[in-house]
Amino acid sequence: MPADRTALRPIVAAAVSTRRGIELALLALAAVITTGALVLVEANQNQQLNLTLLYLGLAYLALFGGAHLAVRKFAPYADPVMLPCAALLNGLGLVMIHRIDLARAAKAAQLGNPAPDADALRQVAWLALGLVIFVVVMWRVRDHRALARYGYTAGFIGLVLLGLPAILPSALSEVNGAKIWIRVGGVGIQPGEFAKILLTIFFAGFLVSKRDLFTTAGRHFLGMTFPRPRDLAPLLIAWVVAMGVLVFESDLGTSLMFFGIVLAMIYVATERSSWVLIGLVIFGAGAFAAWTFVSRVQLRVDVWLNPLGDPADTSFQVSQGLFGLATGGMLGTGLGAGRPDLVPLSSTDFIFTSMGEELGLVGLMALLLLYGLISTRALRTALAVRDTFGKLLAAGLGFTLMIQVFVVCGGVIDLIPNTGQAAPFMSYGGSSLVANYALVALVLRVSNAARQPATDKAKPEPGAVPAAPRTPLAEAHTQMVSRGDAATPPQGSPALDGDGADAHGAVTHGQAATPPRGTTPPRGAPVPPPHGHGAPGPQGPFPPGPAGAGAHRTGAAPQPPRGRTQPGEHGGGGRTRE
Amino acid sequence: MNTPLRRISLVVMALIVLLLGQATWVQVVKADEYKSNQYNQRVLLDEYSHQRGQINAGGQVLASSIPTDDKLKYLRQYADGPMYAPITGYYSQVYGSNGIERAEDSILNGSDDKLFVRRISDVITGRAPAGGNVALTIDPKVQEAAYNAMTSKGYTGSVVAIRPQTGEILAMVSTPSYDPNPLASHDGAAQKAAWNALNPDSPDSPLIDRAISNTYPPGSTFKLVSTAAALDAGMVTPDTPVTAAPRITLPDGTTTLENYNGEACGSGPTVPLSVAFAKSCNGPFAQLADQLGGDKLKAMATALGMENPAQTIPMPVAESDTGDLSDASALAQSGIGQRNVRMTPLQNAMITATIANNGVPVAPHLVSEIQGSDLSVVDTTSPDSGSRAFSSSTASTLTQLMIGSENGGTGSTSSGKIPGVQLASKTGTAEQGPTPKTSPPHTWYDVFGPVPDPQVAVSVIVEKGGNRGDDATGSSVAGPVGRAVVAAALQQGGR
Repeated sequence: MPADRTALRPIVAAAVSTRRGIELALLALAAVITTGALVLVEANQNQQLNLTLLYLGLAYLALFGGAHLAVRKFAPYADPVMLPCAALLNGLGLVMIHRIDLARAAKAAQLGNPAPDADALRQVAWLALGLVIFVVVMWRVRDHRALARYGYTAGFIGLVLLGLPAILPSALSEVNGAKIWIRVGGVGIQPGEFAKILLTIFFAGFLVSKRDLFTTAGRHFLGMTFPRPRDLAPLLIAWVVAMGVLVFESDLGTSLMFFGIVLAMIYVATERSSWVLIGLVIFGAGAFAAWTFVSRVQLRVDVWLNPLGDPADTSFQVSQGLFGLATGGMLGTGLGAGRPDLVPLSSTDFIFTSMGEELGLVGLMALLLLYGLISTRALRTALAVRDTFGKLLAAGLGFTLMIQVFVVCGGVIDLIPNTGQAAPFMSYGGSSLVANYALVALVLRVSNAARQPATDKAKPEPGAVPAAPRTPLAEAHTQMVSRGDAATPPQGSPALDGDGADAHGAVTHGQAATPPRGTTPPRGAPVPPPHGHGAPGPQGPFPPGPAGAGAHRTGAAPQPPRGRTQPGEHGGGGRTRE
Repeated sequence: MNTPLRRISLVVMALIVLLLGQATWVQVVKADEYKSNQYNQRVLLDEYSHQRGQINAGGQVLASSIPTDDKLKYLRQYADGPMYAPITGYYSQVYGSNGIERAEDSILNGSDDKLFVRRISDVITGRAPAGGNVALTIDPKVQEAAYNAMTSKGYTGSVVAIRPQTGEILAMVSTPSYDPNPLASHDGAAQKAAWNALNPDSPDSPLIDRAISNTYPPGSTFKLVSTAAALDAGMVTPDTPVTAAPRITLPDGTTTLENYNGEACGSGPTVPLSVAFAKSCNGPFAQLADQLGGDKLKAMATALGMENPAQTIPMPVAESDTGDLSDASALAQSGIGQRNVRMTPLQNAMITATIANNGVPVAPHLVSEIQGSDLSVVDTTSPDSGSRAFSSSTASTLTQLMIGSENGGTGSTSSGKIPGVQLASKTGTAEQGPTPKTSPPHTWYDVFGPVPDPQVAVSVIVEKGGNRGDDATGSSVAGPVGRAVVAAALQQGGR
């Protein structure tokens, strides 16, 4: 697929550097924007402006600086954009939570009540905990493939977490009509936030080890290869779980999210769109049935279709949110100058409407693009990493984030029926924040593996050509070689044979990658292209990541022992399918 | 497996596009609809959060917003609330607004495009954005005289005074009135109590501005219209002999129409038109209308501003109309302002003013100036003359007829004459209600003066005979009120 090659270039074609400097600079920018937003809120709320705001900004920078140092230490080649995006979303979320604290305090003062506890302070504590978890994940998970070993455990715990609120009595599990909580002694957690990560790990591992189950051909129909009916069992189980969530937790969002992740990951693993079609059809049928028989689902759908139908009662929340958005309009009222506190749950589930009211459509666009950036960076990581497990994990996590944003934002802007869920990084709430920082840590771990030059781990053997040993293959300049040298190209240059049939013959010192079929530079070129864009297309020789280790490198890369979860083995299979 | 990954990336982008599309739908396309929804408290809170403009007249502030320390930062206050309530209207958090408060809302709340430049400069200079002010044509002395004249006798009705040459409304009174202050209270319970006390659903509610929202049978004052049409068509002169019979039979052959109290108009079989006009005999004018034909009568009424459903001053004015004139008997009855002829007091004042202005109607209006929050003039209303309704000779003939009525006819018997000032007037005593003969009549008095240089035209209606019951006439009840108003206007000196 030559047309697709350029898509990868930004990730792998950058300089050899770790790009940690970029990350730090972007974090500083996020700190500046967040501090500026805080100053605007204070000014518009007629609070006294003083140096405290600056210190808060610096404290914020220090928190993320710590996370940055952890990345620098544990995953130096990780993607430099994701953490700053998350930090900016988090910073703006904090500012909004603080802004709503101010409104609540003002209202309490007017009624003569004591001011309620400030959510923003608690959220900062959650942020600190989230970043600790972030660092711990970075530190403890040194190779993401090791997670595959715990796939079934993760799957079991994830399922329990997902299902627990449905089983628990409503008193412990229901908040605002959605049974997605576990509340024990004043502290509530949303187990679904953790379940989404655990289930993604499980599915990645499951799909790697059981791929044959999904790829065995059944009938051909409508130009698609359908699976055999008996192979549908895993999808049907996922469907039953999704429907259970929908009916017993009356939460279309979690249901949609869970099933969407499953479908996306099966699709990535099998490349068969028939799975998606089957999945969408059975999900649609199930959702329709739920709408027909479950009154709580009906109520949500009615509100969705007619958000202003009962603004005093059932559609109060949604309509208030829409009023806020509409009042904000294109450019918003300005931070601190709107009335987002009129919307219930304005700092949690409805934080998108608060943002949309004060920052306007333009601000909402920026926020959605930030989410899109995190999600697509995760998907690019999936493209770049070589092992199948890593691909599925990064893709699953990246897609999870986006589909959650879609569910939350779509719910409050009346694109889909509303469900109570937190906007990742922005909403007030500990579970969501901690879980999503763990999510980002995992994706960063995978992206580190995708970009890390092999030389970092496996030192070149004696006698290796010393030139640019740290240059990832994909980022190296092509060197001119004479025709006669073609059989042994210099290290770091692509193999000559476009066919790849004899790839191993072209490898010296076990360093160069095995070029996948059809992905080498222009077929039939007698010599590697000259300097310049002769660097192979992004899908050309991969940076020799751990999974791509050749025979000479056994022992250098922390590969899981053969015969157990075998992500590495299937990784090879994955490549050749390109 | 990279192909599916790229497709998933496309799905991610598609999801973002879907969200952005819906956000655009909500925040741009449907924004105005959602924003103005009554359940959206933001707009009202926002309006209360910055200072609404004043309504002032003749240097007096009639309505203004003063800072408070509660959630709604400003409280609307009305000086002399009941006297000006039909003009200012009310401004209530719960019950909305009416009057100038409603008609000029965009000026008062500062959102009007006329104030655009000023708004920009407010933003630049950091001044708190404040609404514009509305200056009225109302003359407080005239308004006060009219209001006191009506309320001192406990009359239910309305007074409208217009400057004939410009259409400026000098006074507009509707009684009984109400105090708009409690309706603007920030205490919801107080608002509700005040609102319910005003019987908002009753046709007699004080909330109804009788001057522009109610229409009444004009009775004999409509003879101004039928006489103007007949004079302008050249059918009659003041000396034309007309019937003096106490009652006539209508063209349908059965219905009879009699003069007030069944009195004859004169001793002989005929009297000159001028006498019939002064004594306000009914028979001759019913016959005149019959001879004129419905089209001509309706055309004259329309030229004088009737049959216009879209009139605003800037509040919308109820349509005055002549009803169906195709039937000859209906036409004859309509010629004396009965049957289905209906008029607002404002319309009657317009007719009087048009005669005073030599036959040229000028659109009546209440707003003289739009001012910025610093009282600088943003916009000024200029007189809007319509096309001539009748010739100036018709106007001067009508004026002579009205002088005859004032001096020696129905108008001569009442009190309150102004020494040294020649007025021209027409009275009306309009039957009303389901049992017209036994119900107390509405009494009218149309007057302008001084002749030959009229400064003010006034129309007064006192509903249901005022305090005189069945015996009430325009002359005895409404007349003194009208003269008091003219006197107040003339003491101001006019121009």
